[in-house]
Amino acid sequence: MSVLEIRDLHVSVETDQGTKPILRGVDLTLNSNETHAIMGPNGSGKSTLAYTIAGHPKYTVDSGSITLDGEDVLEMSVDERARAGIFLAMQYPVEIPGVTVSNFLRTAKTAIDGEAPAIRTWIKDVRTAMDNLRMDKVFAERNVNEGFSGGEKKRHEILQLELLKPKFAVLDETDSGLDVDALKIVSEGVNRAQENTDLGVLLITHYTRILRYIKPDHVHVFVNGKVAEQGGPELADRLENEGYDRYLQTADQA
Amino acid sequence: MTTTSPATSSTETEQHGFKAHSDGGDAFVPVQTRSERFGSTNVADFPAVTGREPAWKYTPVAQLSDLIDGELNGSEYPFEAPAVDGVTVAWVGRDDKRIGTAGTPENKAAANAWTAFEKALVISVTGEEEKTFRLHRTDLGDGARAAHTVIEAAPHSRALVILENAGQAALTENIEIIVGDGAQLTVVSVQEWAEDARHLAEHFAEIGRDAKLKHVAVTLGGKIVRVNPSTHLGSQGADIEALGVYFADAHQHLEQHVYVDHDAENTRSRVSYKGALQGEGAHTVWIGDVLIRQTGTATDSYEENRNLVLSEGTRADSVPNLEIETGDIAGAGHASATGRFDDEQLFYLMARGIAEADARRLVVHGFLVEIIQRIGDAELGERIEAAIERELAAGDLPS
Ligand SMILES: Nc1ncnc2c1ncn2[C@@H]1O[C@H](COP(=O)(O)OP(=O)(O)OP(=O)(O)O)[C@@H](O)[C@H]1O
Ligand SMILES: [Mg+2]
Repeated sequence: MSVLEIRDLHVSVETDQGTKPILRGVDLTLNSNETHAIMGPNGSGKSTLAYTIAGHPKYTVDSGSITLDGEDVLEMSVDERARAGIFLAMQYPVEIPGVTVSNFLRTAKTAIDGEAPAIRTWIKDVRTAMDNLRMDKVFAERNVNEGFSGGEKKRHEILQLELLKPKFAVLDETDSGLDVDALKIVSEGVNRAQENTDLGVLLITHYTRILRYIKPDHVHVFVNGKVAEQGGPELADRLENEGYDRYLQTADQA
Repeated sequence: MTTTSPATSSTETEQHGFKAHSDGGDAFVPVQTRSERFGSTNVADFPAVTGREPAWKYTPVAQLSDLIDGELNGSEYPFEAPAVDGVTVAWVGRDDKRIGTAGTPENKAAANAWTAFEKALVISVTGEEEKTFRLHRTDLGDGARAAHTVIEAAPHSRALVILENAGQAALTENIEIIVGDGAQLTVVSVQEWAEDARHLAEHFAEIGRDAKLKHVAVTLGGKIVRVNPSTHLGSQGADIEALGVYFADAHQHLEQHVYVDHDAENTRSRVSYKGALQGEGAHTVWIGDVLIRQTGTATDSYEENRNLVLSEGTRADSVPNLEIETGDIAGAGHASATGRFDDEQLFYLMARGIAEADARRLVVHGFLVEIIQRIGDAELGERIEAAIERELAAGDLPS
């Protein structure tokens, strides 16, 4: 059992107009095997939270803490966080020209495990994971994300999730841009990872449709840089019907 | 009408986080049309070099005076070239009729070499089977030297010819590449000279009807290295793919002027050069001149140069020029970009557990390897990759 704890997190970003506060006191406790959905309107700070957990240098933590089983995550470099078991499936994965998927996956696996994977089992594991995600094997020899469609990029993120076996995964709008079939395939991948490795999932999404396939234990509504309301799966259903208007009005008044 | 357009372009691409070219100002001054540049094989026909000429304006000419107009040793030099079926290599006299068929020097150092060489080395390719020929030159010595080489591919022949250069050199030379009708030739010139070496090379290619030349310049070692491939596409269907990879370390000057002259219909050119710079005083120059003459109808051309800047104190000059004299072309474009290392790529790799130094190596390697893959020879590709790996490991990458 592992636990990722976020306490009173305040985060800002440097812009041309000066320092801009984005997260204004986020509290969240994520245990192994749990799935938390974070839902919120555009610009509410969801990606900021995701990037801050992963350690993107653009974001400055002004106060608060993030710990993984008591270890101070904010003290760790980006690669140390990944090796500690934190995984971020990016909203917009970048292209890396000249680096093949197979080379990239092997390099990442070696880095995470601290040793190169046994070649036979590794090749088999990669092939199985790609089959499960309905990724053609030619993807292994293509360059990372180069010329991938939006859906292919997202599958590639989940492929990494399944192969690298982190303790916690932050999925930043992994559902966006996916058609129904791809949405199902990707969701199955996340569910598989959870069954196999007790993965804790922080599922960031704008829409409720992915929640048909990935069942959240908790739903947090994110507005203006903090959690405005939390509840069980039923909260997602209410958002489906009512949208975010109610929260936005209160946010405006505040 | 002649449009000389260093600035206007069909495609001007920019990468993330880009810095302006350090010589952007000059780059937009219209150049003299390339077709009107003076040429002669006689060094005496050229005035003294000032360093302001289009051919020299980016080059440290003060360190090259011996090669530009000094006395040169034009004698035969030793080389290694394992025998290959369908390829012969021989020294010939200055009166050999192949000499001068692919081009004429347009700068004084090239004319100096032409004036001074005593024998030319001729590499002749025949036969339609695929074959690989290597010629290795090493330690040409500290004295200023001239050389002349002719590479001739018979009609419909095929070969990969690799010219490897290592050790000491103070060399100015001309290489003529004559590609017969329907032939498919790849010429790779690898400059892995010693640290102090200076090398000025003009490569002139004449490509026959429906023939294809793939020309690759790989420059990794040497103090001042300038390789200028010029291609005349004077027969219909002629095709040039000109590729280049370079890696400039501290106080290295690596330069290339690529010139493609579309002078017949349905000709095609693809020029792609990529370089990395690292260390104080690393300087690279890429000038890409593409001329599409009135005779060059239905031509298709694209040229690009990309530079990846890995540290402070470097300078990458990148100047594409496109001159179009006909209204009927199938395509013409250029792209030039000099970018700093992309932090988002670094973040992505590190977020997968990869340590920063390894992530940087992966990105740089990936940036350059695209060109290496296009050479199409696995063994050579691996050797070049290993050499780049060494360059990267040797450099003091910022952390
Ligand atoms: N680098 C930056 N510079 C300036 N503003 C930024 C930067 N990064 C984030 N922001 C701002 O912070 C706010 C939150 O952005 P964030 O990307 O976290 O929102 P989000 O909830 O993920 O939105 P979306 O649903 O559109 O993905 C936005 O107003 C955004 O413009
Ligand atoms: Mg977002």
